[in-house]
Amino acid sequence: MPFVTAGRDGSRRILCAVDAAARKAGLHVGMPVAEAQALLPGLALIEAEPERDREMLDALAIEILRRTSPMVALDAPDGLWIDTTGCDHLFGGEAAMLADLRHCLHTAGYACRVALTGTTGAAHALARFGRSAVTIIPPGGEGVAVSALPLAALRLPEDTVAGLRRLGFDTIGQLATVPRAPLVRRFGMEVTRRLDQVSGAAAEPLDPIEPPDMPRVKLGFIEPIGTPEHLARAIADLADMLCVRLGEEGLGARRLDLVFARVDGRTEIIRAGTAAPNREPRHLVRLLIERLSTVDPGFGVETMTLSAPLAEPLDTRQIAAGFADAAGGDIALLVDTLANRLGAHRLYRAAPVESDLPERAVRTVAPLAPTLRAGWPAELPRPVRLFDPPEEVRTLAKMPDHPPRFFIWRGQRHDITHADGPERVFGEWWRREAETTAVRDYFAVEDEAGARFWLFRDGDGSDRETGSYRWFLHGLFT
Amino acid sequence: MSGHAPLLAELRERIAHLDGSGVRVRPGLPFGVEAIDRHLPGGGLLRGALHEVSGAGEDFTYGAAAALFIAGVLARLDGPVLWCLRRRDLFAPGLANAGLDPDRVIYAEAGDAKNVLLAMEEGLRHAPLAGVVGEIDRIGLTASRRLNLAAEESGVLAFALKRGWRHGDVEREEPSAAHTRWRVGAMPSRALEVPGLGRALWRLELTRCRNGEAAQWLVEACDEQGRIALADVGAARSAPATPAPAPVAVPAELSDRPAARPSPIRRAAGGGAVRHRRA
Repeated sequence: MPFVTAGRDGSRRILCAVDAAARKAGLHVGMPVAEAQALLPGLALIEAEPERDREMLDALAIEILRRTSPMVALDAPDGLWIDTTGCDHLFGGEAAMLADLRHCLHTAGYACRVALTGTTGAAHALARFGRSAVTIIPPGGEGVAVSALPLAALRLPEDTVAGLRRLGFDTIGQLATVPRAPLVRRFGMEVTRRLDQVSGAAAEPLDPIEPPDMPRVKLGFIEPIGTPEHLARAIADLADMLCVRLGEEGLGARRLDLVFARVDGRTEIIRAGTAAPNREPRHLVRLLIERLSTVDPGFGVETMTLSAPLAEPLDTRQIAAGFADAAGGDIALLVDTLANRLGAHRLYRAAPVESDLPERAVRTVAPLAPTLRAGWPAELPRPVRLFDPPEEVRTLAKMPDHPPRFFIWRGQRHDITHADGPERVFGEWWRREAETTAVRDYFAVEDEAGARFWLFRDGDGSDRETGSYRWFLHGLFT
Repeated sequence: MSGHAPLLAELRERIAHLDGSGVRVRPGLPFGVEAIDRHLPGGGLLRGALHEVSGAGEDFTYGAAAALFIAGVLARLDGPVLWCLRRRDLFAPGLANAGLDPDRVIYAEAGDAKNVLLAMEEGLRHAPLAGVVGEIDRIGLTASRRLNLAAEESGVLAFALKRGWRHGDVEREEPSAAHTRWRVGAMPSRALEVPGLGRALWRLELTRCRNGEAAQWLVEACDEQGRIALADVGAARSAPATPAPAPVAVPAELSDRPAARPSPIRRAAGGGAVRHRRA
């Protein structure tokens, strides 16, 4: 069912927002309500609430500030700009960062389109007019990426777009190739400015939001600073100040944003995360210094702002406790340092899952998660290396309960001298229909050289329903 | 003879000092196997030092036995362990079989060799760790020196688990600053009286040992507490949990096998294969 909101533009009633179904039916933003109702009788109309939209956008911006990047600016009424410089490493790359962003928005109930580019103009255009819902443009590719987009993507006044159309311009690419002087004479500087903002020839600083209740400290410098030593010194001062702030409120930082404002108006960002709330200045300084080499101070840095967009309650008692009791602080520091370098998901502990299927018997938990004091059944021998997926091998075996005589794996024959098994593993029918009857028989075998392998036969060997009878190598013992 | 002993000890210490290696004579972590512990300077694996472990032959690609050997050593220590991986094929229940509690192991999936080394070095600077393991294909002189220094400062036990990343990779001996270099290879285990698998046997080769000599032993693989045992009749008696196998001449036969395998030739052949593939 198409769904639209309607509002007033002077005396006319027009559509303010349309959903995908409505767009498909030919409705668009700005269309008079009467016309829309003529196209789609019985159209569901909701009164537009621009103030509430704005409030929701503000709230969303703060949420994204906590989650994705310290520099979020509004692109009202329906967009956000996010400066992700220095942030993607926490997610394990740009694509993973966008996936996380989309997931977070979808969970909150928003449909979204994202574009990651080197310029705000191109990001604005591609997010709204690009072909796919997720676009990532490598640096320098903005001009080409937007060339096929319509002029409306340029953030120009409506009458300018209409005027350009009359002259025969349809796409940004066409506009970018013509001489500029006549354009400026006719339409003013606006058109060329927008073109430059797309290609990156003109700077477009964002106006980032600043939530009032976020722990934040700032240092301004009379003389711009730029050497690593000076920056490191400033970071130490900022961390001390921030930890005092956090201590007053009984909080510990889970995420740190350090924004460097350069003299040329550009900003550089360091973002670091911690696995557990922390307000130990030494710890925070190390996490930030670690990434100082990614910062280009340009001709100097005028101000530095350190904030903790994500902070959680932390009382003094918790500072001493933690992983492995007395050693807590340093392990947390190690985990944070590595997580900031490799990505938080690359650091984990293994925890048991109650599943007979070996590939499901292990899940990963956060490195500093509480210890579980649980393991896998010790009497079941399990390999040290597990192949995922299992590798098919050719064998000669007697059915049903005998281990193979030999098997050929990657072109090499292994004659089996000793074997243990079968250990029967049943499919987990509550997970997948196909596993209802599935059975695997596992054998631990030793070849004539003493190497030990973990083989299984798909099926119980007497009933074809239970599997294909093919043999697989699932892991290596020694 | 006995009058020379203190003099010899003093000389050894002075040489070690000049060498810059065994600067502080720290007690090593014993294996609990007398023959091995007696052979190693310090009476065991030196803590605060880097040790290289690799699989033998085919197992160099996976280092399964090597991983188990390391897990067995770490199982006998207290405290968290950092295990740096390049690929997620390590199976935690297998390590738990050798007594390494999953709660103790933090995995760092470093992705490439450079990051494995970085993560290892970072881990070695943290004294509360029991050990740091890095799975890596090769470790040069510079990297191993750095790791050794970091380990020396914190006293953390460091292992470089050397493994190939393509099927059929073979180990190439490279100079490194590691204190010891081990090669762990599977050996045919003795037959039980009933069908089934007995305790696995390993040929444990100490191919390099600073201030010591190379040696090799035939040992029983790690038990559930991570302990290895010499594979002979005496060792079988000290582990009463497993029924003592009939005292047949198997161990003697087996201990002949290592010498029969001409390992230098095998390595050379492997090197040739690699060149061939590149060509």
